[in-house]
Amino acid sequence: MLRLSKINKYYAVGSHRLHVLRDVDLEVEGGEMVAIMGASGSGKSTLLNILGILDRYDAGEYWLGDTLIRDLGEGQAARYRNQFIGFVFQSFNLLPFKTAVENVALPLYYQGVPRRQRNRTALQYLDKVGLADWADHRPAEMSGGQKQRVAIARALITKPRIVLADEPTGALDSKTSEEVMELFAEINRTGMTVILVTHEADVAAKAQRTIRLRDGKVEPELVARAS
Amino acid sequence: MIDVDSFHEIATSLTRHKLRTALTALGVFFGLTIFMLMVSFGGSLRSGINKKMAGFATNAVFLWGQRTSEPYAGLPANRPVVFDNDDIEPLRKLAGVEYVAPRNQLGGFRAGNVVKHGSKVGAFQVAGDYPDFQFISMPLIRAGRYINDADIADRRKVAVIGESVASELFGGADPIGQALEVNGIHFVVVGVFGTRATGQQGDQQVRTIHVPFTTFQQAFHTGNRVSWFALTGKRGVDAKDLEQRVYALLRERHKVAPTDDAAIRGFNAGAQFAKTEKMFGAIDIVLGVFGLLSLLAGAIGVSNIMLISVRERTKEIGVRKALGARPTAVVGMVIAEAIMLTLVAGFIALAVGAFAIAKAADRIATMGPDFPLGPPEVSFSFSVMATAILIAVGALAGLIPAVRAAAISPVEALRDE
Ligand SMILES: Nc1ncnc2c1ncn2[C@@H]1O[C@H](COP(=O)(O)OP(=O)(O)O)[C@@H](O)[C@H]1O
Ligand SMILES: [Mg+2]
Repeated sequence: MLRLSKINKYYAVGSHRLHVLRDVDLEVEGGEMVAIMGASGSGKSTLLNILGILDRYDAGEYWLGDTLIRDLGEGQAARYRNQFIGFVFQSFNLLPFKTAVENVALPLYYQGVPRRQRNRTALQYLDKVGLADWADHRPAEMSGGQKQRVAIARALITKPRIVLADEPTGALDSKTSEEVMELFAEINRTGMTVILVTHEADVAAKAQRTIRLRDGKVEPELVARAS
Repeated sequence: MIDVDSFHEIATSLTRHKLRTALTALGVFFGLTIFMLMVSFGGSLRSGINKKMAGFATNAVFLWGQRTSEPYAGLPANRPVVFDNDDIEPLRKLAGVEYVAPRNQLGGFRAGNVVKHGSKVGAFQVAGDYPDFQFISMPLIRAGRYINDADIADRRKVAVIGESVASELFGGADPIGQALEVNGIHFVVVGVFGTRATGQQGDQQVRTIHVPFTTFQQAFHTGNRVSWFALTGKRGVDAKDLEQRVYALLRERHKVAPTDDAAIRGFNAGAQFAKTEKMFGAIDIVLGVFGLLSLLAGAIGVSNIMLISVRERTKEIGVRKALGARPTAVVGMVIAEAIMLTLVAGFIALAVGAFAIAKAADRIATMGPDFPLGPPEVSFSFSVMATAILIAVGALAGLIPAVRAAAISPVEALRDE
């Protein structure tokens, strides 16, 4: 499904370069659910952004299916993001002036799907995350857990190849975290590939595999466990 | 690119900050309103002058003889210069001349003559004219016809009368085919005309009776005299230059010194017209530039607000990009918002401006013909042009903010603190 080999990433900080990812190798099979763990500043978000074609890398290769993701123009990157990737963020990143259904439908807007059709599809996806009744509510009227469900519906609506989530439970209480993680597990059971960043062990426990980053390097894998 | 859908997107983002949007729109509104008022004021000034010149070809030259002011070719000064029939052909043959209308007027320029029909009597001007005069004075034929070549050739006793003559001598009755009497000579009315000219000049024109030039000379015993000439140049012929050549020809024919400015006098409507045209061209440019500048000030306001809006919406734009908005879509979104804002404000300005201008036109119409301004108007082509300018101004105003928006990095925009 996706393969990273010898990915290196630097950030220019003042006059020197910060080496954020060092020779990262990673392979994820279709249908897997992978957790990325590591200390704050270890490069988890950077890695996820590269996987999500939001950020560039300086050396190495990133294959998404049989597409080499490298040196893409902005337009091409946006198109791939739209087609291949579903994003879920820690702070939800819903547009506050749009209703739940409009938020979910937004990726389809950038595919040129007509309004009626995309709102109908969006409603189906809201139903999948159990929020059909909240379709016409704005984010401000919803709880954190509900917002994250809307965001998950939005990530799924384009039928992406992978869903990427950067600390999706980081802003949620433990009970709600549990529910959201159960939703990810459910999505994964339908065959969707899920990669999520977390620093909570019980969240990572839902994944089939955990990858640990330390100072931009992947630590040798521990025993893979299924939940 | 703009469909109902993107329209909806634009409308929601513009209405998110209603007060700010309204204030920005107000800038564009004032800009376009001022632009409109400037342009229509220019048009109003122009039509104010033009209404004084209406009813005559804009390139007409009028000439009449007076007395010589210096001796020449053995002839003394203070000798009267009288044009005659023999001047007609040479004038017609002069290069660049289009129409030549020799004229005679009974009793002199603007004199009243007793004209009768049955028991009705009135005082009117009587003129002997060639058919060409209709292309210079441009009467509006209301009934019948103007003088034709056969009238000239056969010296027919026919008359073409102004509207006021018709109403005063014939009341409501149809004057065509009726007779009227001038100095004991009977003429049959063959045509009635009105005029475009306003004010005193227009009144004079419709109180005139035109009879064939040849008939006039015979009936009123004016020999082969011509009281004055009216002539026009062909299109593209320089009015000033033509006038000079006409003077030279007539001076030579009547043995007038080339330096004698008093002997032959004239009025060059063409030169006058060109002069006022030039002046109005300049006024139009000045008013237009001021108008455009005020519109530009509105546009800068739009640009400013869009810049602020883009900065505030960094996160939103980052989200959109992360979800697959291409840079062109982001640029398009911002520019479309700027254009929409400009257009809506502009259309309101067009409507309000058109209303105000129509009101002003109504007022000016009641001011009478001697008021220096003509009724201002907003032409359809101005509205089309204004819309095009608004779109261009909106696009321009949106350009810098749009490029800023497209350059937003989603990674930066979405970083969770
Ligand atoms: N745009 C940037 N410019 C400079 N340094 C950055 C930038 N983004 C991230 N970093 C640095 O790169 C390292 C990895 O960051 P990040 O991937 O966000 O870590 P994590 O998500 O694991 O906390 C950190 O040291 C961070 O300060
Ligand atoms: Mg992070």
